[in-house]
Amino acid sequence: MEGFLYLYVFMLAAFTGYEVIARVPVILHTPLMSGSNFVHGVVLVGAMVALGAADPDDPLQLAIGFFAVLLGAANAAGGYVVTERMLGMFQSKKKGGA
Amino acid sequence: MDAKVLVNAAYFAVAVVFILGLKAMSSPLTARKGIVWAGYAMIAATVVTFAWPGMANYGLMAAAIAIGGAAAWWSGKKVAMTDMPQMVAIYNGMGGGAAAAIAALEFARGEVHDPLVTTLAVIGSLIGSVAFSGSCIAFAKLQGIMEKTYRLPAQNGVNVVLAVVAVALGAYIVGNPGDTTALLAFYGLALFLGVILTTPIGGADMPVVISLLNAFTGLAVGFEGFVLGNPALIVAGIVVGASGTLLTQLMAKAMNRPIANVIFTPMTGAAAGGGEAVTGTMKETSALDAASMMRFGSKVIVIPGYGMAVAGAQHKVWEMAQLLEEAGVECVFAIHPVAGRMPGHMNVLLAEAGVPYDKILDLEEINADFPQADVALVIGANDVVNPVARTDKSSPIYGMPILDADRAQNCIVIKRGKGAGYSGIENALFYTDNCRMLYGSAQQAIAEIIHHIKTMEEA
Repeated sequence: MEGFLYLYVFMLAAFTGYEVIARVPVILHTPLMSGSNFVHGVVLVGAMVALGAADPDDPLQLAIGFFAVLLGAANAAGGYVVTERMLGMFQSKKKGGA
Repeated sequence: MDAKVLVNAAYFAVAVVFILGLKAMSSPLTARKGIVWAGYAMIAATVVTFAWPGMANYGLMAAAIAIGGAAAWWSGKKVAMTDMPQMVAIYNGMGGGAAAAIAALEFARGEVHDPLVTTLAVIGSLIGSVAFSGSCIAFAKLQGIMEKTYRLPAQNGVNVVLAVVAVALGAYIVGNPGDTTALLAFYGLALFLGVILTTPIGGADMPVVISLLNAFTGLAVGFEGFVLGNPALIVAGIVVGASGTLLTQLMAKAMNRPIANVIFTPMTGAAAGGGEAVTGTMKETSALDAASMMRFGSKVIVIPGYGMAVAGAQHKVWEMAQLLEEAGVECVFAIHPVAGRMPGHMNVLLAEAGVPYDKILDLEEINADFPQADVALVIGANDVVNPVARTDKSSPIYGMPILDADRAQNCIVIKRGKGAGYSGIENALFYTDNCRMLYGSAQQAIAEIIHHIKTMEEA
Protein backbone atom coordinates (compact mmCIF):
# COMPACT_ATOMS: atom_id res chain seq x y z
CA MET A 1 0.00 0.00 0.00
CA GLU A 2 2.83 2.39 0.84
CA GLY A 3 4.28 1.84 -2.62
CA PHE A 4 0.98 2.91 -4.13
CA LEU A 5 0.83 6.01 -1.96
CA TYR A 6 4.21 7.01 -3.38
CA LEU A 7 2.86 6.34 -6.85
CA TYR A 8 0.00 8.76 -6.17
CA VAL A 9 2.46 11.38 -4.91
CA PHE A 10 4.45 10.87 -8.10
CA MET A 11 1.38 11.31 -10.30
CA LEU A 12 0.07 14.39 -8.49
CA ALA A 13 3.50 16.04 -8.46
CA ALA A 14 3.86 15.37 -12.18
CA PHE A 15 0.52 17.03 -12.99
CA THR A 16 1.37 19.92 -10.68
CA GLY A 17 4.67 20.52 -12.43
CA TYR A 18 2.95 20.49 -15.79
CA GLU A 19 0.12 22.83 -14.79
CA VAL A 20 2.16 25.27 -12.76
CA ILE A 21 4.20 26.51 -15.72
CA ALA A 22 1.65 25.87 -18.48
CA ARG A 23 1.21 29.54 -19.34
CA VAL A 24 4.80 30.77 -19.22
CA PRO A 25 5.68 33.46 -21.81
CA VAL A 26 8.70 32.86 -24.08
CA ILE A 27 10.53 35.76 -22.44
CA LEU A 28 10.76 33.76 -19.19
CA HIS A 29 11.83 30.41 -20.64
CA THR A 30 15.50 30.78 -19.73
CA PRO A 31 14.96 32.14 -16.21
CA LEU A 32 12.34 29.48 -15.56
CA MET A 33 14.66 26.71 -16.71
CA SER A 34 17.29 28.16 -14.44
CA GLY A 35 14.77 28.45 -11.59
CA SER A 36 13.66 24.84 -11.89
CA ASN A 37 17.35 23.94 -12.01
CA PHE A 38 17.65 25.66 -8.64
CA VAL A 39 14.61 23.86 -7.20
CA HIS A 40 16.05 20.41 -7.90
CA GLY A 41 19.04 21.62 -5.91
CA VAL A 42 17.00 20.30 -2.98
CA VAL A 43 18.97 17.13 -3.78
CA LEU A 44 21.38 18.73 -1.28
CA VAL A 45 19.00 17.73 1.52
CA GLY A 46 19.00 14.12 0.30
CA ALA A 47 22.78 14.12 0.03
CA MET A 48 23.05 15.41 3.62
CA VAL A 49 20.74 12.67 4.90
CA ALA A 50 22.72 10.04 2.99
CA LEU A 51 26.07 11.33 4.24
CA GLY A 52 24.65 11.53 7.77
CA ALA A 53 23.89 7.82 7.62
CA ALA A 54 27.29 6.86 6.17
CA ASP A 55 29.66 4.77 8.27
CA PRO A 56 32.23 7.22 9.76
CA ASP A 57 34.92 4.51 9.55
CA ASP A 58 34.47 3.74 5.86
CA PRO A 59 36.49 6.17 3.71
CA LEU A 60 34.68 5.11 0.50
CA GLN A 61 31.25 5.92 1.93
CA LEU A 62 32.51 9.21 3.31
CA ALA A 63 34.08 10.13 -0.02
CA ILE A 64 30.91 9.40 -2.02
CA GLY A 65 28.78 11.24 0.54
CA PHE A 66 31.12 14.23 0.59
CA PHE A 67 31.01 14.32 -3.22
CA ALA A 68 27.19 14.17 -3.19
CA VAL A 69 26.83 17.04 -0.70
CA LEU A 70 29.45 19.10 -2.55
CA LEU A 71 27.63 18.73 -5.88
CA GLY A 72 24.22 19.28 -4.31
CA ALA A 73 25.37 22.48 -2.58
CA ALA A 74 26.87 23.74 -5.86
CA ASN A 75 23.62 22.99 -7.70
CA ALA A 76 21.57 24.93 -5.15
CA ALA A 77 23.91 27.92 -4.70
CA GLY A 78 24.82 28.28 -8.38
CA GLY A 79 21.25 27.80 -9.53
CA TYR A 80 20.06 30.52 -7.16
CA VAL A 81 22.69 33.10 -8.09
CA VAL A 82 22.23 32.66 -11.83
CA THR A 83 18.41 32.79 -11.67
CA GLU A 84 18.42 35.75 -9.32
CA ARG A 85 20.78 37.68 -11.59
CA MET A 86 18.64 37.02 -14.67
CA LEU A 87 15.38 37.97 -12.98
CA GLY A 88 17.01 40.96 -11.29
CA MET A 89 17.52 42.48 -14.72
CA PHE A 90 13.85 42.18 -15.55
CA GLN A 91 13.03 43.85 -12.26
CA SER A 92 15.29 46.89 -12.52
CA LYS A 93 14.23 47.38 -16.12
CA LYS A 94 10.57 47.43 -15.12
CA LYS A 95 11.14 50.21 -12.62
CA GLY A 96 13.06 52.28 -15.13
CA GLY A 97 10.50 51.73 -17.87
CA ALA A 98 7.38 52.41 -15.81
CA MET B 1 10.64 11.32 17.42
CA ASP B 2 9.65 14.95 17.94
CA ALA B 3 12.58 16.23 15.96
CA LYS B 4 11.59 13.99 13.07
CA VAL B 5 8.03 15.32 13.02
CA LEU B 6 9.31 18.87 13.09
CA VAL B 7 11.75 18.27 10.25
CA ASN B 8 9.06 16.57 8.18
CA ALA B 9 6.67 19.44 8.81
CA ALA B 10 9.37 21.84 7.62
CA TYR B 11 9.90 19.73 4.48
CA PHE B 12 6.18 19.91 3.77
CA ALA B 13 6.20 23.70 3.99
CA VAL B 14 9.30 23.81 1.81
CA ALA B 15 7.62 21.71 -0.90
CA VAL B 16 4.62 24.06 -0.92
CA VAL B 17 6.85 27.14 -1.21
CA PHE B 18 8.84 25.56 -4.07
CA ILE B 19 5.65 24.99 -6.06
CA LEU B 20 4.37 28.52 -5.35
CA GLY B 21 7.81 29.85 -6.27
CA LEU B 22 7.80 28.06 -9.62
CA LYS B 23 4.30 29.34 -10.26
CA ALA B 24 5.44 32.90 -9.51
CA MET B 25 8.46 32.45 -11.77
CA SER B 26 6.21 31.82 -14.77
CA SER B 27 4.90 35.40 -14.80
CA PRO B 28 7.13 38.45 -15.45
CA LEU B 29 5.50 40.47 -12.67
CA THR B 30 6.15 37.98 -9.87
CA ALA B 31 9.21 36.11 -11.16
CA ARG B 32 11.71 37.85 -8.92
CA LYS B 33 9.62 37.17 -5.82
CA GLY B 34 9.35 33.51 -6.83
CA ILE B 35 13.08 32.84 -6.83
CA VAL B 36 13.56 34.70 -3.55
CA TRP B 37 10.84 32.61 -1.84
CA ALA B 38 12.35 29.42 -3.20
CA GLY B 39 15.73 30.60 -1.95
CA TYR B 40 14.47 31.01 1.63
CA ALA B 41 12.79 27.61 1.39
CA MET B 42 16.07 26.04 0.32
CA ILE B 43 17.95 27.59 3.24
CA ALA B 44 15.22 26.41 5.64
CA ALA B 45 15.35 22.87 4.22
CA THR B 46 19.15 22.76 4.57
CA VAL B 47 19.13 24.08 8.14
CA VAL B 48 16.40 21.78 9.47
CA THR B 49 18.14 18.76 7.93
CA PHE B 50 20.94 19.23 10.47
CA ALA B 51 18.30 18.44 13.11
CA TRP B 52 17.46 15.07 11.50
CA PRO B 53 17.93 12.57 14.36
CA GLY B 54 20.69 9.98 14.32
CA MET B 55 23.02 11.54 11.80
CA ALA B 56 26.82 11.58 11.89
CA ASN B 57 29.64 13.23 9.93
CA TYR B 58 28.46 16.81 10.58
CA GLY B 59 31.94 18.27 10.10
CA LEU B 60 32.36 16.74 6.67
CA MET B 61 28.83 17.80 5.75
CA ALA B 62 29.38 21.43 6.72
CA ALA B 63 32.73 21.50 4.88
CA ALA B 64 31.17 20.11 1.69
CA ILE B 65 28.32 22.65 1.81
CA ALA B 66 30.74 25.51 2.44
CA ILE B 67 33.12 24.54 -0.38
CA GLY B 68 30.50 23.57 -2.98
CA GLY B 69 28.18 26.44 -2.14
CA ALA B 70 30.89 29.10 -2.04
CA ALA B 71 32.54 27.94 -5.27
CA ALA B 72 29.24 27.92 -7.15
CA TRP B 73 28.09 31.21 -5.62
CA TRP B 74 31.32 32.89 -6.61
CA SER B 75 31.39 31.50 -10.15
CA GLY B 76 27.72 32.36 -10.65
CA LYS B 77 28.26 35.95 -9.53
CA LYS B 78 31.37 36.44 -11.62
CA VAL B 79 30.24 34.99 -14.93
CA ALA B 80 29.13 37.32 -17.75
CA MET B 81 25.43 37.40 -18.66
CA THR B 82 26.30 35.97 -22.07
CA ASP B 83 27.76 32.83 -20.47
CA MET B 84 24.62 32.01 -18.47
CA PRO B 85 23.49 29.03 -20.58
CA GLN B 86 26.59 26.97 -19.84
CA MET B 87 26.38 27.85 -16.15
CA VAL B 88 22.82 26.53 -16.01
CA ALA B 89 24.09 23.40 -17.77
CA ILE B 90 26.94 22.79 -15.35
CA TYR B 91 24.95 23.44 -12.15
CA ASN B 92 22.27 21.14 -13.51
CA GLY B 93 24.88 18.46 -14.17
CA MET B 94 26.06 18.74 -10.57
CA GLY B 95 22.52 18.09 -9.33
CA GLY B 96 22.36 14.96 -11.49
CA GLY B 97 25.74 13.86 -10.18
CA ALA B 98 24.58 14.37 -6.61
CA ALA B 99 21.48 12.22 -7.24
CA ALA B 100 23.60 9.44 -8.73
CA ALA B 101 26.07 9.68 -5.85
CA ILE B 102 23.25 9.35 -3.28
CA ALA B 103 22.25 6.04 -4.84
CA ALA B 104 25.90 4.94 -4.99
CA LEU B 105 26.24 5.67 -1.27
CA GLU B 106 23.10 3.68 -0.48
CA PHE B 107 24.53 0.75 -2.44
CA ALA B 108 27.91 1.08 -0.68
CA ARG B 109 26.16 1.00 2.69
CA GLY B 110 24.51 -2.25 1.64
CA GLU B 111 21.17 -1.00 2.90
CA VAL B 112 19.15 -1.42 -0.31
CA HIS B 113 17.42 -4.81 -0.47
CA ASP B 114 13.78 -4.18 -1.34
CA PRO B 115 13.35 -4.77 -5.11
CA LEU B 116 11.13 -1.69 -5.58
CA VAL B 117 13.58 0.60 -3.80
CA THR B 118 16.53 -0.93 -5.67
CA THR B 119 14.76 -0.43 -8.98
CA LEU B 120 14.12 3.24 -8.20
CA ALA B 121 17.73 3.70 -7.04
CA VAL B 122 19.00 2.14 -10.27
CA ILE B 123 16.73 4.28 -12.49
CA GLY B 124 17.70 7.41 -10.56
CA SER B 125 21.40 6.57 -10.93
CA LEU B 126 21.10 5.96 -14.65
CA ILE B 127 19.23 9.21 -15.33
CA GLY B 128 21.36 11.21 -12.90
CA SER B 129 24.64 9.95 -14.38
CA VAL B 130 23.49 10.69 -17.93
CA ALA B 131 22.45 14.21 -16.82
CA PHE B 132 25.83 14.70 -15.12
CA SER B 133 28.13 13.68 -17.95
CA GLY B 134 25.79 15.06 -20.64
CA SER B 135 25.68 18.47 -18.93
CA CYS B 136 29.48 18.51 -18.63
CA ILE B 137 29.71 17.98 -22.41
CA ALA B 138 27.09 20.68 -23.01
CA PHE B 139 29.10 23.03 -20.77
CA ALA B 140 32.34 22.24 -22.62
CA LYS B 141 30.70 22.90 -25.98
CA LEU B 142 29.08 26.20 -25.02
CA GLN B 143 32.23 27.36 -23.25
CA GLY B 144 34.19 26.65 -26.42
CA ILE B 145 36.45 24.06 -24.76
CA MET B 146 35.10 21.46 -27.15
CA GLU B 147 34.48 22.95 -30.58
CA LYS B 148 33.52 20.09 -32.81
CA THR B 149 30.60 17.74 -32.87
CA TYR B 150 31.81 14.17 -33.27
CA ARG B 151 29.56 11.57 -34.73
CA LEU B 152 30.32 7.87 -34.77
CA PRO B 153 29.41 5.74 -37.74
CA ALA B 154 26.09 4.07 -36.91
CA GLN B 155 25.79 6.39 -33.92
CA ASN B 156 22.11 5.62 -33.33
CA GLY B 157 22.79 1.88 -33.29
CA VAL B 158 25.61 2.36 -30.78
CA ASN B 159 23.36 4.55 -28.59
CA VAL B 160 20.57 1.98 -28.56
CA VAL B 161 22.94 -0.95 -27.81
CA LEU B 162 24.60 0.97 -24.97
CA ALA B 163 21.25 1.99 -23.51
CA VAL B 164 19.97 -1.60 -23.67
CA VAL B 165 23.14 -2.93 -22.00
CA ALA B 166 22.86 -0.25 -19.28
CA VAL B 167 19.23 -1.19 -18.61
CA ALA B 168 20.07 -4.92 -18.56
CA LEU B 169 22.93 -4.28 -16.14
CA GLY B 170 20.54 -2.22 -14.01
CA ALA B 171 18.05 -5.10 -13.99
CA TYR B 172 20.84 -7.46 -12.87
CA ILE B 173 21.75 -5.08 -10.04
CA VAL B 174 18.13 -5.10 -8.82
CA GLY B 175 18.57 -8.85 -8.31
CA ASN B 176 22.12 -8.56 -6.91
CA PRO B 177 22.51 -5.17 -5.21
CA GLY B 178 25.78 -6.26 -3.55
CA ASP B 179 27.74 -6.92 -6.74
CA THR B 180 30.42 -4.20 -6.72
CA THR B 181 31.83 -5.03 -10.17
CA ALA B 182 28.38 -4.79 -11.75
CA LEU B 183 27.76 -1.48 -9.95
CA LEU B 184 31.03 0.01 -11.17
CA ALA B 185 30.36 -1.15 -14.73
CA PHE B 186 26.83 0.26 -14.50
CA TYR B 187 27.95 3.73 -13.38
CA GLY B 188 30.76 3.78 -15.93
CA LEU B 189 28.37 2.85 -18.71
CA ALA B 190 25.74 5.38 -17.61
CA LEU B 191 28.32 8.20 -17.57
CA PHE B 192 29.61 7.15 -20.98
CA LEU B 193 26.05 7.08 -22.32
CA GLY B 194 25.59 10.73 -21.30
CA VAL B 195 28.77 11.69 -23.16
CA ILE B 196 27.95 9.80 -26.32
CA LEU B 197 24.36 11.07 -26.45
CA THR B 198 25.37 14.72 -26.13
CA THR B 199 28.55 14.83 -28.21
CA PRO B 200 26.94 14.77 -31.68
CA ILE B 201 24.40 17.47 -30.79
CA GLY B 202 25.12 21.06 -31.67
CA GLY B 203 23.79 24.32 -32.98
CA ALA B 204 20.18 25.25 -32.47
CA ASP B 205 19.48 21.93 -30.73
CA MET B 206 21.61 22.84 -27.71
CA PRO B 207 18.87 24.64 -25.71
CA VAL B 208 16.54 21.69 -26.06
CA VAL B 209 19.23 19.35 -24.78
CA ILE B 210 19.99 21.48 -21.72
CA SER B 211 16.29 21.65 -20.93
CA LEU B 212 15.94 17.90 -21.38
CA LEU B 213 18.91 17.21 -19.09
CA ASN B 214 17.35 19.59 -16.55
CA ALA B 215 14.17 17.51 -16.60
CA PHE B 216 16.32 14.35 -16.27
CA THR B 217 17.99 15.68 -13.15
CA GLY B 218 14.60 16.53 -11.68
CA LEU B 219 13.41 12.97 -12.25
CA ALA B 220 16.63 11.51 -10.83
CA VAL B 221 16.25 13.66 -7.71
CA GLY B 222 12.63 12.52 -7.38
CA PHE B 223 13.60 8.84 -7.64
CA GLU B 224 16.34 9.22 -5.02
CA GLY B 225 13.70 10.87 -2.85
CA PHE B 226 11.75 7.60 -3.00
CA VAL B 227 14.91 5.67 -2.07
CA LEU B 228 15.58 7.88 0.94
CA GLY B 229 11.90 8.18 1.84
CA ASN B 230 12.24 11.97 1.68
CA PRO B 231 9.04 13.67 0.44
CA ALA B 232 10.71 17.07 -0.15
CA LEU B 233 12.98 15.46 -2.74
CA ILE B 234 10.12 13.51 -4.29
CA VAL B 235 7.83 16.49 -4.75
CA ALA B 236 10.47 19.03 -5.83
CA GLY B 237 12.20 16.50 -8.11
CA ILE B 238 9.07 15.27 -9.86
CA VAL B 239 7.59 18.77 -10.21
CA VAL B 240 10.82 19.88 -11.92
CA GLY B 241 10.87 16.70 -14.00
CA ALA B 242 7.37 17.41 -15.28
CA SER B 243 7.76 21.16 -15.81
CA GLY B 244 11.15 20.57 -17.42
CA THR B 245 9.59 18.09 -19.82
CA LEU B 246 6.89 20.61 -20.73
CA LEU B 247 9.50 23.32 -21.24
CA THR B 248 11.51 20.96 -23.47
CA GLN B 249 8.40 20.25 -25.52
CA LEU B 250 7.64 23.97 -25.88
CA MET B 251 11.14 24.55 -27.21
CA ALA B 252 11.10 21.55 -29.52
CA LYS B 253 7.74 22.71 -30.85
CA ALA B 254 9.15 26.16 -31.54
CA MET B 255 11.72 24.50 -33.78
CA ASN B 256 9.29 22.02 -35.27
CA ARG B 257 11.73 19.24 -34.39
CA PRO B 258 10.40 16.35 -32.31
CA ILE B 259 12.60 15.63 -29.28
CA ALA B 260 13.51 12.23 -30.73
CA ASN B 261 14.93 13.98 -33.83
CA VAL B 262 17.05 16.26 -31.69
CA ILE B 263 18.72 13.25 -30.13
CA PHE B 264 18.83 10.82 -33.02
CA THR B 265 19.33 13.02 -36.08
CA PRO B 266 21.41 15.95 -34.89
CA MET B 267 21.92 18.92 -37.21
CA THR B 268 25.47 18.56 -38.35
CA GLY B 269 27.40 19.53 -41.44
CA ALA B 270 27.44 15.89 -42.49
CA ALA B 271 23.67 15.64 -42.22
CA ALA B 272 23.34 18.89 -44.14
CA GLY B 273 25.35 17.42 -47.01
CA GLY B 274 22.14 15.99 -48.38
CA GLY B 275 20.64 19.44 -48.90
CA GLU B 276 20.57 21.19 -52.26
CA ALA B 277 23.63 23.20 -53.15
CA VAL B 278 23.14 26.94 -52.67
CA THR B 279 24.01 29.05 -55.70
CA GLY B 280 24.91 32.70 -56.05
CA THR B 281 27.46 34.88 -54.32
CA MET B 282 27.61 36.71 -51.02
CA LYS B 283 27.72 40.47 -51.47
CA GLU B 284 29.73 42.52 -49.01
CA THR B 285 28.75 45.97 -47.76
CA SER B 286 30.29 48.63 -45.51
CA ALA B 287 29.21 50.03 -42.17
CA LEU B 288 28.56 53.39 -43.87
CA ASP B 289 26.17 51.85 -46.41
CA ALA B 290 24.43 49.88 -43.69
CA ALA B 291 24.09 53.00 -41.53
CA SER B 292 22.57 55.11 -44.30
CA MET B 293 20.24 52.34 -45.42
CA MET B 294 18.77 52.17 -41.92
CA ARG B 295 18.94 55.90 -41.07
CA PHE B 296 16.95 56.85 -44.18
CA GLY B 297 14.50 53.99 -44.03
CA SER B 298 11.23 54.04 -42.10
CA LYS B 299 11.24 50.62 -40.43
CA VAL B 300 14.12 48.45 -39.23
CA ILE B 301 13.74 44.99 -37.72
CA VAL B 302 16.73 43.77 -35.71
CA ILE B 303 17.23 39.99 -35.46
CA PRO B 304 19.79 39.19 -32.76
CA GLY B 305 21.43 35.79 -32.44
CA TYR B 306 24.27 33.99 -30.70
CA GLY B 307 26.81 36.29 -32.41
CA MET B 308 25.42 39.26 -30.49
CA ALA B 309 25.67 37.28 -27.26
CA VAL B 310 29.28 36.26 -27.92
CA ALA B 311 30.31 39.83 -28.75
CA GLY B 312 28.35 41.19 -25.75
CA ALA B 313 26.97 43.79 -28.17
CA GLN B 314 23.46 44.16 -26.71
CA HIS B 315 24.15 47.61 -25.19
CA LYS B 316 25.59 48.92 -28.45
CA VAL B 317 22.66 47.48 -30.39
CA TRP B 318 20.18 49.25 -28.13
CA GLU B 319 22.16 52.50 -28.44
CA MET B 320 21.93 52.16 -32.23
CA ALA B 321 18.18 51.45 -32.04
CA GLN B 322 17.64 54.57 -29.90
CA LEU B 323 19.59 56.71 -32.38
CA LEU B 324 17.42 55.39 -35.20
CA GLU B 325 14.25 56.07 -33.20
CA GLU B 326 15.38 59.64 -32.57
CA ALA B 327 15.82 60.01 -36.30
CA GLY B 328 12.23 58.89 -36.78
CA VAL B 329 12.94 55.31 -37.88
CA GLU B 330 10.73 52.65 -36.32
CA CYS B 331 13.06 50.05 -34.85
CA VAL B 332 11.92 46.77 -33.26
CA PHE B 333 13.55 43.51 -32.21
CA ALA B 334 12.44 40.15 -33.56
CA ILE B 335 13.25 37.16 -31.37
CA HIS B 336 13.19 33.61 -32.65
CA PRO B 337 12.15 31.18 -29.89
CA VAL B 338 15.47 29.35 -30.07
CA ALA B 339 17.82 32.20 -31.00
CA GLY B 340 21.02 31.95 -29.00
CA ARG B 341 21.78 28.89 -26.97
CA MET B 342 18.66 28.84 -24.80
CA PRO B 343 15.05 29.91 -25.34
CA GLY B 344 14.64 33.43 -24.05
CA HIS B 345 18.44 33.93 -24.18
CA MET B 346 18.02 37.03 -26.36
CA ASN B 347 15.19 38.41 -24.22
CA VAL B 348 17.45 38.24 -21.17
CA LEU B 349 20.31 40.03 -22.92
CA LEU B 350 18.08 42.75 -24.37
CA ALA B 351 16.44 43.23 -20.96
CA GLU B 352 19.93 43.67 -19.52
CA ALA B 353 20.62 46.41 -22.07
CA GLY B 354 17.35 48.13 -21.11
CA VAL B 355 15.21 47.44 -24.19
CA PRO B 356 11.50 47.83 -23.24
CA TYR B 357 9.22 44.78 -23.56
CA ASP B 358 7.04 46.34 -26.26
CA LYS B 359 10.01 46.65 -28.63
CA ILE B 360 10.65 42.89 -28.43
CA LEU B 361 8.40 40.79 -30.64
CA ASP B 362 7.88 37.06 -31.08
CA LEU B 363 8.06 35.18 -34.34
CA GLU B 364 4.27 35.09 -34.76
CA GLU B 365 3.91 38.80 -33.98
CA ILE B 366 6.57 40.04 -36.37
CA ASN B 367 6.69 37.74 -39.39
CA ALA B 368 3.85 39.47 -41.28
CA ASP B 369 5.69 42.82 -40.92
CA PHE B 370 8.88 41.89 -42.78
CA PRO B 371 7.64 42.91 -46.27
CA GLN B 372 7.02 46.44 -44.89
CA ALA B 373 10.47 46.70 -43.35
CA ASP B 374 13.17 48.62 -45.19
CA VAL B 375 15.95 46.72 -43.47
CA ALA B 376 16.15 43.45 -41.57
CA LEU B 377 19.40 43.64 -39.58
CA VAL B 378 20.62 40.15 -38.69
CA ILE B 379 23.22 40.25 -35.92
CA GLY B 380 25.02 36.95 -35.53
CA ALA B 381 21.95 34.82 -36.19
CA ASN B 382 22.04 32.12 -38.82
CA ASP B 383 19.89 29.00 -38.77
CA VAL B 384 16.83 30.90 -37.49
CA VAL B 385 16.70 33.04 -40.65
CA ASN B 386 17.64 30.35 -43.17
CA PRO B 387 14.91 30.22 -45.84
CA VAL B 388 15.77 26.63 -46.81
CA ALA B 389 13.71 25.70 -43.72
CA ARG B 390 10.70 26.71 -45.85
CA THR B 391 11.78 25.38 -49.23
CA ASP B 392 14.24 22.49 -49.12
CA LYS B 393 12.68 19.24 -47.96
CA SER B 394 16.04 17.49 -47.78
CA SER B 395 17.48 20.03 -45.34
CA PRO B 396 17.77 18.93 -41.72
CA ILE B 397 16.06 22.13 -40.59
CA TYR B 398 13.16 21.79 -43.07
CA GLY B 399 9.89 22.70 -41.35
CA MET B 400 11.42 24.79 -38.58
CA PRO B 401 9.57 28.12 -38.36
CA ILE B 402 11.98 30.93 -39.23
CA LEU B 403 12.01 34.71 -39.12
CA ASP B 404 11.28 35.84 -42.69
CA ALA B 405 14.25 38.20 -42.98
CA ASP B 406 14.48 37.39 -46.70
CA ARG B 407 11.08 39.03 -47.24
CA ALA B 408 12.26 42.43 -46.03
CA GLN B 409 13.14 45.03 -48.69
CA ASN B 410 16.80 44.75 -47.73
CA CYS B 411 18.70 42.48 -45.45
CA ILE B 412 22.00 43.23 -43.73
CA VAL B 413 23.83 40.40 -42.03
CA ILE B 414 26.56 41.08 -39.50
CA LYS B 415 28.73 38.02 -39.31
CA ARG B 416 32.27 37.23 -38.25
CA GLY B 417 33.29 35.19 -41.28
CA LYS B 418 32.08 33.54 -44.43
CA GLY B 419 31.67 30.07 -42.93
CA ALA B 420 28.45 28.17 -42.40
CA GLY B 421 26.59 28.53 -39.09
CA TYR B 422 27.01 26.54 -35.90
CA SER B 423 24.95 23.71 -37.32
CA GLY B 424 27.10 23.63 -40.46
CA ILE B 425 24.17 24.26 -42.79
CA GLU B 426 24.69 26.73 -45.66
CA ASN B 427 22.36 29.71 -45.35
CA ALA B 428 20.52 30.53 -48.60
CA LEU B 429 19.59 33.97 -47.23
CA PHE B 430 23.18 35.19 -47.57
CA TYR B 431 23.08 34.52 -51.32
CA THR B 432 19.80 36.30 -52.12
CA ASP B 433 19.84 39.49 -54.19
CA ASN B 434 18.62 41.84 -51.46
CA CYS B 435 21.07 40.62 -48.85
CA ARG B 436 24.37 42.32 -47.97
CA MET B 437 27.06 40.97 -45.67
CA LEU B 438 28.88 43.12 -43.13
CA TYR B 439 31.85 41.15 -41.82
CA GLY B 440 33.24 41.72 -38.36
CA SER B 441 32.38 41.18 -34.71
CA ALA B 442 28.93 42.50 -33.76
CA GLN B 443 30.45 44.84 -31.18
CA GLN B 444 32.77 46.52 -33.65
CA ALA B 445 30.35 46.56 -36.58
CA ILE B 446 27.56 48.18 -34.54
CA ALA B 447 30.02 50.71 -33.09
CA GLU B 448 30.95 51.76 -36.63
CA ILE B 449 27.32 52.01 -37.66
CA ILE B 450 26.59 54.18 -34.61
CA HIS B 451 29.52 56.41 -35.53
CA HIS B 452 28.20 56.87 -39.07
CA ILE B 453 24.64 57.55 -37.94
CA LYS B 454 25.92 60.22 -35.52
CA THR B 455 27.97 61.81 -38.29
CA MET B 456 24.85 61.95 -40.46
CA GLU B 457 22.93 63.67 -37.68
CA GLU B 458 25.61 66.35 -37.34
CA ALA B 459 25.76 66.99 -41.06
